[in-house]
Amino acid sequence: MEDRPTLNRNLAQMLKGGVIMDVTTPEQAKIAEAAGACAVMALEKIPADIRAAGGVARMSDPKMIKSIQAAVTIPVMAKCRIGHFVEAQILEAIEIDYIDESEVLSPADDVYHIDKRKFNVPFVCGAKDLGEALRRINEGATMIRTKGEPGTGDVIQAVRHLRLMQSEIRHLTSLSEDELYEAAKQLRVPFELVKFVHENGKLPVVNFAAGGVATPADAALMMQLGAEGVFVGSGIFKSGNPEKRAQAIVKAVTNYDNPKIVAELSEDLGGAMVGINEDEIKLLMAERGK
Amino acid sequence: MRIAILALQGAFEEHRQMLLKYGVESFLVRTLADYQQPKDALIIPGGESTTMLKLLKDLSLFDVVKNDIEAGLPVFGTCAGLIMLDDKHLGTMNIEVKRNAYGRQLGSFATEGDFDGIDHKIPMTFIRAPYIEKVGDGVEVLSVVDGNIVAARQGNQLVTAFHPELNEDFGVYEYFFSIFAA
Repeated sequence: MEDRPTLNRNLAQMLKGGVIMDVTTPEQAKIAEAAGACAVMALEKIPADIRAAGGVARMSDPKMIKSIQAAVTIPVMAKCRIGHFVEAQILEAIEIDYIDESEVLSPADDVYHIDKRKFNVPFVCGAKDLGEALRRINEGATMIRTKGEPGTGDVIQAVRHLRLMQSEIRHLTSLSEDELYEAAKQLRVPFELVKFVHENGKLPVVNFAAGGVATPADAALMMQLGAEGVFVGSGIFKSGNPEKRAQAIVKAVTNYDNPKIVAELSEDLGGAMVGINEDEIKLLMAERGK
Repeated sequence: MRIAILALQGAFEEHRQMLLKYGVESFLVRTLADYQQPKDALIIPGGESTTMLKLLKDLSLFDVVKNDIEAGLPVFGTCAGLIMLDDKHLGTMNIEVKRNAYGRQLGSFATEGDFDGIDHKIPMTFIRAPYIEKVGDGVEVLSVVDGNIVAARQGNQLVTAFHPELNEDFGVYEYFFSIFAA
């Protein structure tokens, strides 16, 4: 009766309508929890700082992750490098609630992603189109997020990825059954996954937005575009008033379709993260791991 | 019959889908104005209880929901929804709850169990679930799994530590409807 993939998909369902925040210390984790985060992502450096520091970015120190697990009662996630299944084993050994096999870190393997079906803990993976999303699900991911462009404070790429995924999903639903075989071939995924999307008009797992979300309006935009929740990384703790901004983004995700409320939430938040425009970016993390 | 589903965060859509399949009308509550629509009952879904509690307070829902439940509004809380009714949150139910009682996600599990008043085994999915450590006056224990209380009722209030919205079984929903549709 032990069906880990289903239980792991179920946990992602419980996170829906919520905000998952990047935190680097137990103090930040407590601020995030008090602000209403539904989970935290424990990492040594937020993506903006990883980008600024350069060099190889790896899994965080397990001791640091454990200190965050001890500080909060909400689920704690952590990142491992794409293809680095030993980092994933380490995170499973310290009983992480969700592993993010993430393009924010330097990839460890330029061909293979982790065989996530071998693990009992759940994985979330980034995707910038439907093919990537379904390939990650086929490898065992039980939650998907857009890649966006982490650490930039610029939402354009998360928007692009989510719009593309939604548009490809709508296209699949319009195909006749005998056209699905060719679609599966083009997406490089098993027929069953394509058939599921064709019949249900959505991914078989929860889909969050991530990468570049910096304001309550950004978060509400992603929700209106069809995201089921939002990851916020650098956007909170690189801003003028992290506590207030975190609370505002949580509320904007709940009432994403109520402009009056989002307007109120957007007042007086202090400076947003400065960010980097798309054409100023030197390193496109979203191009890692396809 | 029209049921309000608290939709601040979590698996509210799953409850809505279950009610839809069963043919019961429902609506989602994200604001006080949403909540003030006519309703026969309220469902508080699974999700994160810290998130839900904060939003209940910030959106001015905490007091009205508490008052309505105390005045007899039928309410069904699942997982985080169970926690919301305990002595440390809305405080309407005479129960003490252990949060994350089975540990982290690796401790999540699915099983089948007996449920008082339902004539078949109920599929039960526990996701980072709580259980009830102690019940006070007026609380009827409805289900015990591995020695822990996972479902209970106190008059108009029904709680489960597991997620009936994640399985295809309507048993617990029918039990809930019977509380107020009699």
